Amino acid sequence: MNTFLEQFFFGYYPYIAMTIFIAGSALRYDRDQYTWKADSSQLLRKKGILLGSNLFHLGIIVLFFGHFVGLLTPEWAYHPFMSAGTKQIIAISAGGIFGTMCLIGLLILLNRRLFDKRISKTSKFGDTFILLFLLVQLLLGLLTIPYSAQHLDGSSMIALANWAQHVATFRTGAVDFIVAEAWVFKLHLVLGITLFVIFPFTRLVHIWSVPVQYLTRTNYQIVRKR
Amino acid sequence: MKIRAQIGMVLNLDKCIGCHTCSVTCKNVWTSRQGVEYAWFNNVETKPGIGYPVDWENQKKWNGGWVSKNGKLQPKIGGKFRLLAKIFANPDLPEIDDYYEPFTFNYAHLQNAPEMPTPPVARPHSMITGEIMDKPEWGPNWEEILGGEFKKRAKDYNFKNIEKEIYGQFENTFMMYLPRLCEHCLNPTCVASCPSGAIYKREEDGIVLIDQDKCRGWRMCVSACPYKKIYYNWQSGKSEKCTFCYPRIESGEPTVCSETCVGRIRSLGVILYDADKIEEMASMSDEKDLYEAQLKIFLDPNDEAIQAQAKKDGVPDSWIEAAKNSPVYKMAIDWKVAFPLHPEYRTLPMVWYIPPLSPIQNAVEKGVISRQGPIPNVEELRIPIRYLANMLTAGDDKPVIFALKRMIAMRNFMRAKRVDNIILTETLDEVGLTENMVDDMYRIMALAAHEDRFVVPTNHKEYAGDTPFDNEIAFETRSSCGFSFGNGCSEGSTTATLFGGKTRANTMNGNIS
Repeated sequence: MNTFLEQFFFGYYPYIAMTIFIAGSALRYDRDQYTWKADSSQLLRKKGILLGSNLFHLGIIVLFFGHFVGLLTPEWAYHPFMSAGTKQIIAISAGGIFGTMCLIGLLILLNRRLFDKRISKTSKFGDTFILLFLLVQLLLGLLTIPYSAQHLDGSSMIALANWAQHVATFRTGAVDFIVAEAWVFKLHLVLGITLFVIFPFTRLVHIWSVPVQYLTRTNYQIVRKR
Repeated sequence: MKIRAQIGMVLNLDKCIGCHTCSVTCKNVWTSRQGVEYAWFNNVETKPGIGYPVDWENQKKWNGGWVSKNGKLQPKIGGKFRLLAKIFANPDLPEIDDYYEPFTFNYAHLQNAPEMPTPPVARPHSMITGEIMDKPEWGPNWEEILGGEFKKRAKDYNFKNIEKEIYGQFENTFMMYLPRLCEHCLNPTCVASCPSGAIYKREEDGIVLIDQDKCRGWRMCVSACPYKKIYYNWQSGKSEKCTFCYPRIESGEPTVCSETCVGRIRSLGVILYDADKIEEMASMSDEKDLYEAQLKIFLDPNDEAIQAQAKKDGVPDSWIEAAKNSPVYKMAIDWKVAFPLHPEYRTLPMVWYIPPLSPIQNAVEKGVISRQGPIPNVEELRIPIRYLANMLTAGDDKPVIFALKRMIAMRNFMRAKRVDNIILTETLDEVGLTENMVDDMYRIMALAAHEDRFVVPTNHKEYAGDTPFDNEIAFETRSSCGFSFGNGCSEGSTTATLFGGKTRANTMNGNIS
């Protein structure tokens, strides 16, 4: 039974999740773009936004790219520069610092979301849900630190990276890398994959719309022809 | 030279009676929806006062408009990197309390209340939380007819460089109305600051609109607009603004606020302008030059070379024709009696204002105001010239004095002509008017018949394609859905939605939820 669940969550689920993530986002963008937005509530309550939102976003962006690069960079690509152990130390400290930053910001935002009448009364289910979801995921992520600190040779990290790279390149046997790892890593992974499942149905879609093209806009003004 | 046409507006403040019909009709048409209960695309403020949202004119506080840095323009909220750095939390965004917390009254309680020792009272309820509010604290018209203490109203930005204390005394007090709407600027900061590129100016008529599908709610435009005329819809998460009633304008009708104005203070007309000059004129180093600079962007529609160039640049014949008869061109450029609101924001606004005369005839007769020659000294008017200049010409008194003198001359001349049956040409000479010009001014500014106030050509969508009459364009939208939000025609018929629906019912009907 255990092996089936492992096979499902670490073998098939990532593909299901990515399908929903991409198809769902595309469908929403095409069919219901009016709902595609950052959905800021700053207008209704400024208090807590400046500190909370900045901490949260800065933290989570670094965490996202940290995971992305950390998991998907093949061993041969970083070996000339650093050992797996060094990389793990960097990962743990960066994750710890930005994870804590993100956690503080998230708690400020969650407090506002739950206990400020103006915000709670105007919140959609998804707005509160996503914050709680991220809170659990963040705590799990921080909880992995003591587990990985138990073996600083980078073995856990390499196993997880191998799994991710196998999944990303459609190779078989990805699940085998995960089976021996601690429960906290597994739970963190399942929740992380689930994040992609709920992504298209929440305000998270605003991540797709990071306005980088604004920086390359040559002209300030925009005139549209008929 | 690149000639474009814009529908501009002039508001004759001398005739505004502050009835708020414009605001109310606008509200009924455009912002009677959830999320924008607090938003007034058009509102009328009593001046002096700090207005709605509070102190909106003070850009030291709100950072709206542009700054000229070494001759280069940049939004005051910051260049591109600094602006994007504010995207997670925008320090320059007003909070809803700066506008007001929208409220309704629990009227049902008046009928349903049980027997009680005191009469039942309909208490204000917040339209955001649905809960009882202690009391409303601010609103779009909180200082109506100089409501509130002078000390608070005196924070008005237009009192810059004025010894204002004496205007707090009852005998010296003054007031005027200022109806405000989106200025549909030639150099809009909202467009420039939108990270998504969702805000745009229409080439054919200059109307500035927000693409509701493309808006991602980064809310930079709200801060960037120095007039604070972009409103964040807290329900839809998108910004909204005055549309200049474009569906009406397209079919040759005046905007709702203009059509319903009982004082006939609003005029609409076409102005031709040179789009290539915008940047240069908006970057003038001295703020006081900005009014004159903006005039230089506008082009004379009676000049045949301009007409030929306009035609070449795609302005339809009917629009060139309308530009010749444009009341806006006449008042703003020909007669120079109308001015842009706060040119120092460098947005080159296209809603212009004729400054109000204070009660003058009586004052002259009583000897309160002196006169040299036929025209009384406008410098002694009840409303200080500098106050008007701070509002309309970045503090330059001369153009405002000139305009007021022309208006008084028109009054004197027409009064003499109609009442005493004499032609007082020396009155006109002093302000450089001819009898023909005054007749025209009188017709457009004083009589202001519907067809003289509103010279709005219809839009020629069918000419927008490759051929003179493009069948594809003319018929492609036929029988399709009209004005809608979000997903066009297929908004769905169920309230549940996969992608997150509304959290609040429309409370504009007075129901408390």
